Amino acid sequence: MSITPERVAQIAKLARLELDDEKQRLFAGQFEDILAYMDTLNGLDTAGTEPLYSPVEQPTPLREDKAEKRFAREDIVSNAPETDGKFFIVPKIV
Amino acid sequence: MSFLYEKSLSEVRSQLLAKELTVTEVVEACIKRIEETEPSIQALISVQAEEAREQARAMDAAGPDASKPLWGVPLTVKDLLCTKGTKTTCGSKILENFEPFYDAFAIAKLKEAGAILLGKANMDEFAMGSSTENSAFKATKNPWDLTKVPGGSSGGSAASVTASQVFGTLGTDTGGSIRQPASLCGCVGLKPTYGRVSRRGMVAYGSSLDQIGPMTRSVEDNARMLQVIAGHDERDSTSVDVPVDDYLAALNRKDLKGLKVGLPKEFWAEGLDGEVESACRTAVTKLQELGAELVEVELPHSSYAIATYYIIAMAEASSNLARFDGVRYGFRSEDTEDLLDIYVKSRSEGFGDEVQRRIMLGTYVLSSGYYDAYYKKAAQVRRLIREDYRKALEKCDVLVGPASPVTAWKVGEFTSDPLKMYLLDIYTISLNLAGLPGLSLPVGLGADSKMPVGLQLLGKEFDEATLYGVASLLEKNTEQLGTPAGL
Repeated sequence: MSITPERVAQIAKLARLELDDEKQRLFAGQFEDILAYMDTLNGLDTAGTEPLYSPVEQPTPLREDKAEKRFAREDIVSNAPETDGKFFIVPKIV
Repeated sequence: MSFLYEKSLSEVRSQLLAKELTVTEVVEACIKRIEETEPSIQALISVQAEEAREQARAMDAAGPDASKPLWGVPLTVKDLLCTKGTKTTCGSKILENFEPFYDAFAIAKLKEAGAILLGKANMDEFAMGSSTENSAFKATKNPWDLTKVPGGSSGGSAASVTASQVFGTLGTDTGGSIRQPASLCGCVGLKPTYGRVSRRGMVAYGSSLDQIGPMTRSVEDNARMLQVIAGHDERDSTSVDVPVDDYLAALNRKDLKGLKVGLPKEFWAEGLDGEVESACRTAVTKLQELGAELVEVELPHSSYAIATYYIIAMAEASSNLARFDGVRYGFRSEDTEDLLDIYVKSRSEGFGDEVQRRIMLGTYVLSSGYYDAYYKKAAQVRRLIREDYRKALEKCDVLVGPASPVTAWKVGEFTSDPLKMYLLDIYTISLNLAGLPGLSLPVGLGADSKMPVGLQLLGKEFDEATLYGVASLLEKNTEQLGTPAGL
């Protein structure tokens, strides 16, 4: 499969990234090699094999649906680039 | 006569408890050692010297506490683990000023055990890399040869403990990031069974693969550290509630009679460097001399492991790293116009090339039309790989093979060819897919390179005790590497 710089730009958009032209060209060549290597899996017959998504196949443990306060509000916002002390601040969007 | 900093964790602990050493003396020795070695190896992102001194004074004033298994022992930890009140950067510009307000479960356990956290170790950005050249801050060097890499992504941890800056450290292992740098630097590194150590407070890369584990200069020290951090955490749904064995008791093996050691033929095939093979074969012969029975086994799907791993890890990474959006924490780009612009510019300026590469490949393999061809397919092959291990481990107690096909390579050698770098993880990656434990221990120096070679022991689920028992006996019967030649 051919990965063009335009295709790389399209994937970057989906990933919320922006690449300059030089990086798009660089990544296009590298992605082509890497994806070609990944395509080796297609040579393997996996029909009827159940996918394994996690090595821990235990049921998800559930706890009582009860609200509890683990962290203070000022701690939660303490690392935010912009905050008024109560909320995260982002530019106006509407 | 050895210097204080060269002692093992176990020795220092005994001497601290017997009041033959004070915590202040030990901490000062480590700080001095960091000052001496750090300019050349660049193993640490931050050093908490004053906090450590203050803690040492308080501990000396209070007196030894034998109930705390790491009382007064200075350690470093990979900068991927959240530490309350100390920056946790993950080797990334995007988290350059992130200061968690909580400790990771493993960090809390170390603190409860009386350990002193002296520094945060350098790493490949978000644990993505095999050489510790992908850090946003610096490239760590191998203490055995400063022109070579320490391995990655826990290269800072490996270099720090090998250079005797501290007595032990924590790394994380998603596809070999503990075992490979341990092998390249000549220390002992254990990746526990997935679920053995809580992942809470560890910044996630590949959630179904990541595990925290200890890196030390001896097997006994390693067992002491795992004993502290292992155990169930009800606040991590991937933490498994299985009793923790007595790892120190497991070190008392006198021989290996009755033990079956499997040699996966795929681990001893073409592509393995001659000097690495030679050192590892010598160690295997020792295992046999100690009484072990050698068994030939096969892992028929192992040639698919690298492709499988990178699809799964990158897919999980693209999802995990979506949280870095410049809103709640971390770097925010200046002069942004709207919310989407904050996301795009902050991520583009904050993430390095390797992280961007993996996020994008992860996005691609999860995108509509490609999900079945890549991600689902990889998850199916993952099951086949795990079944291979299950079948092999039905025939034997442990498997052995090299941890890395080569000894440490030159700084910059593979940076322009990511695929070549990925292929170097060939012997470590499949174990993470299967979720099993693995330990790398030094078994000698390469005949030509004079660089450390690590042998990898791979075990059954939650059977770290057997790995420690075998490794300890092999360690006692193997000539020690000595002082790193690069320092």
